Amino acid sequence: MIENFDLTMVNWARAQFALTAMYHWIFVPLTLGITWIIAFYHTIYVRTGSNEWKNLTKFWMKLFGINFAIGVATGIIMEFEFGTNWSNYSWMVGDIFGAPLAIEGIIAFFLEATFFAVMFFGWNRVSKGFHLFSSWMVALGSNLSAVWILVANAWMQHPVGQAFNPDTARFEMKDFADVVFNPVAVSKFTHTTSSSMLLASLFIISISSWFILKGRHIQMARRSIAVAAVFGLLASGFTAFTGDEAAFENARHQPMKLAAFEGLYKGEYGAGLVAAGLINPTKQPGDQQEAFSFEIRIPGLLSLLANRSPGSFVPGIEDFVYGNDEHGIMGAGEKIKKGRMALANLDAYKTAKEAGDEAAAWEALAAFNENRDFIGYGFLERPEDTVPPVALSFYAFHIMVILGSLFTLVCILYLFFSIKGTLVRQRWLLGLGTTMFFLAMVASQAGWIVAEVGRQPWAIQNMLPVGVATSNLTAGTVQTTFFMFLALFTLLLIAEIGIMAKQISIGPEED
Amino acid sequence: MIGNLDYSTLQHLWWLLCSVVGALFLFLNFVQGGQSLLWQVAKTGLEKDLVINSLGRKWELTFTTLVLFGGALFASFPKFYSTSFGGAYWVWILILFTFIVQAVSYEFRKKPSNLLGSSVYELFLFINGSVGILLIGAAVGTFFTGSNFELSSYNMVTWTNPLRGLEAAFSLFNLSMGLFLVFNARTLGAMYLVNDIDFSATPDMENRLRKACMVNFICSLPFLGYVLVSLLLMDGYGIVDDRGTIAMVSRKYLANLLANPWLIGLLAAGLVLVILGVFITAKSRSRAGIWFGGLGTVLVGLAVLLLPAYNNTAFYPSKADLQSSLTIFNASSSQFTLTTMTYVALTIPLVLAYVAYVWWAMNRTRLSAEELSDETY
Ligand code: HDD
Ligand code: HEM
Ligand code: HEM
Repeated sequence: MIENFDLTMVNWARAQFALTAMYHWIFVPLTLGITWIIAFYHTIYVRTGSNEWKNLTKFWMKLFGINFAIGVATGIIMEFEFGTNWSNYSWMVGDIFGAPLAIEGIIAFFLEATFFAVMFFGWNRVSKGFHLFSSWMVALGSNLSAVWILVANAWMQHPVGQAFNPDTARFEMKDFADVVFNPVAVSKFTHTTSSSMLLASLFIISISSWFILKGRHIQMARRSIAVAAVFGLLASGFTAFTGDEAAFENARHQPMKLAAFEGLYKGEYGAGLVAAGLINPTKQPGDQQEAFSFEIRIPGLLSLLANRSPGSFVPGIEDFVYGNDEHGIMGAGEKIKKGRMALANLDAYKTAKEAGDEAAAWEALAAFNENRDFIGYGFLERPEDTVPPVALSFYAFHIMVILGSLFTLVCILYLFFSIKGTLVRQRWLLGLGTTMFFLAMVASQAGWIVAEVGRQPWAIQNMLPVGVATSNLTAGTVQTTFFMFLALFTLLLIAEIGIMAKQISIGPEED
Repeated sequence: MIGNLDYSTLQHLWWLLCSVVGALFLFLNFVQGGQSLLWQVAKTGLEKDLVINSLGRKWELTFTTLVLFGGALFASFPKFYSTSFGGAYWVWILILFTFIVQAVSYEFRKKPSNLLGSSVYELFLFINGSVGILLIGAAVGTFFTGSNFELSSYNMVTWTNPLRGLEAAFSLFNLSMGLFLVFNARTLGAMYLVNDIDFSATPDMENRLRKACMVNFICSLPFLGYVLVSLLLMDGYGIVDDRGTIAMVSRKYLANLLANPWLIGLLAAGLVLVILGVFITAKSRSRAGIWFGGLGTVLVGLAVLLLPAYNNTAFYPSKADLQSSLTIFNASSSQFTLTTMTYVALTIPLVLAYVAYVWWAMNRTRLSAEELSDETY
């Protein structure tokens, strides 16, 4: 039997993954977005030959370089952490999951790493055209790396193109195109890159607003803002559109996640979307308490979001836990029973194979095949274990959406006053603008909390719970490395913030 | 064409590809070698800046090659990835730590308000260049000496030594492998810096570097000698029947060499090229040593990585339970995945081509003191 691991250790491993991923994600979205904007500024410089655009390009490039170094430093941990902390996972799904990671290395990271050096040190070493080309290649490379890592992540959310092989007792790839064109991968990629573009635009807006408030570099700040506000507005529209798409995919493939981030316990026709609310902290699935202690609902909107039809039925958490015959939803309890049978038959199959008893093996395999789709459920203890943390998912989702709407508004205002030419006088807006980057960071991290916490208890949706995905380590070991990473990353982050702040206060060169 | 390759061919091909990436990584370790030479060859602030900036235009390449090495092993030999990383936990965590601190050091070292001060970042670079490479070498050594793990019938790994991989560094063979790599990296580092830096403002450093090349090469020889002689004499982990049973086979690696004489050729050609590179650098005024040293390192690295895997050998042997040992046959991905990945691998020549082009374009003129006042870390 595949054993269950020590739960304390599993939780430390989860905490460690969350910690390292969230640190990596402090730096990555800025890279994804700002590289395009820098390439754009660089293009204007090459076209116009204006020294001001050159200085502006160099300034944003310098900030990007500081960010990039630490993004890379945190990235290498992510790459190897699947092996060190999730080794059973790596073995069980490596046949499928390893491929996008390798492809990311071959196709994306080399592009980024190679042209990064040209972008930074090529000003006098290569031709102007090739130098500009390099800036675009860095942007392309970083965003290609997002393609592949998100293909990998989307596969964890919606594992397509694979089948369980009872002989090797692992999942194996059957169709590569299915893995790459996974609908969840498409919505994830478009949403992640557009939201990162938005975040980068807000980064530029925040810093430029600060310059204007201080009365420094006003010309360059206005130019930067003019470009960033346009990019930001387009990106925020696209972010909302693709975010809606992501929720729609959730309704298809991870309806439990959708129910959790909306705090929907009992399924409803014409379900409303909670615009704002407070979760009742003592609420448990199956009890008679209200889910919210306070809420404002927009009628029909959740049904519209989930099913593209305002009167339709959206199932809730309890429907999945206890089953709902009317809507043909099988309860988690029954799935767990079937899963345990599948696991027992798999054991019987292996034993019979080793004993050389072909007939018994064949029989066990046939029995296994009947329940193979539920194999992941066999590891769970109780039907309630299938419910992710509701409050965390709910708040994260709503923070993201509310901030998203705020960003759209802010970009519109910046664009409006830029066109009118009175931006410099709108001190209230500039003051608000300086905080936007931090809020964008919050929204972006919140998005990952929705995606990853909402997936619990699964490492691979319906196939592999986190409890059996880890390495065979002691809780103490993982705890030690958790604190090692926490200390080192925090130290480096503080150093980075100090350097970044200093470079910003030095400002761009002026001639 | 690729669709018709049989499973065993694909497994051999993917071990070869992973080995090529690994061997290129060993060459690109000139960055780490240069880092560990910093205090020895650069005496003034300007000299330090020249060394750091010269290496700083290449460190990403080395780093990314390491990342690709990990990714390629994950995709093609997932059981190795899960067994080694999840099992030999502490070695890998420490290696990763040395690479985290490396990645930030170039960018942060000279920037104002960098919290720790330049000398701490220089120390980080030194640790990466010494401890990091030593541990990688020890890990490579375990391909021959074996590790302490058991796999369950569901392939979950249990490590039987509480040091979780660090014990590898206490074997004389693994330690020699590690120290050889450290000194070889330093030899290459000196060659690369001689190649890239314009010494008109710092003539003394050129002499120091040319000398360091020879000194470090000589230091590497006893360790290399020990490794090579041990390889010829030691028993190895062979696959002894069709069912994949593993057993100790006496003089297994010698047998592998004799069965594949081209491996001897690779090894010999590689060594000759490295020696040539050292003499060119130390005994003439030429800058070309790195090309000989680099190519030589790639050939030697390739031979060392192919030796424990080809000819029915277990490349990741278990001392604790022989039958848990990993071979390219029992550790690989499915035939479907290997085939798919082989199509992807067709892009590798393109990658190599643009890397080479950019290298050429960026290294046409040597790094001079004047340039540092303009673009600098
Ligand atoms: C600036 C950042 C930002 C903003 C303003 C938004 N998002 Fe978002 N969101 C992300 C940044 C993000 C993200 C970090 O990029 C995530 C994490 C995982 C992913 O695919 O994208 C994400 C995930 C994510 C998910 C979970 C996807 C999954 O489970 O795989 C949903 C349902 C939404 N978003 C929906 C929205 C909606 C309806 C928004 C309305 C405007 C919105 N997001 C704004
Ligand atoms: C960089 C952005 C990401 C962030 C901020 C992030 C965040 C998180 C968080 C908060 C958790 C903990 C969830 C919990 O245990 O309750 C987690 C777990 C995990 N995530 Fe992510 N994630 C990111 C990207 C990814 C990607 C791209 C992958 C896969 C390719 C991935 C794979 C995992 C795995 C394997 C775990 C551990 C198992 C689990 O707890 O589900 N993550 N992540
Ligand atoms: C949990 C899974 C993840 C893994 C294993 C991972 C791995 C890595 C590695 C190894 C690097 C260093 C690459 C180099 O050597 O140049 C890196 C950097 C990077 N990663 Fe990740 N990453 C993960 C999550 C993500 C996500 C979710 C994205 C984007 C959506 C992303 C985008 C990037 C980018 C753009 C860089 C460039 C460095 C930067 O500026 O931050 N990564 N990642």
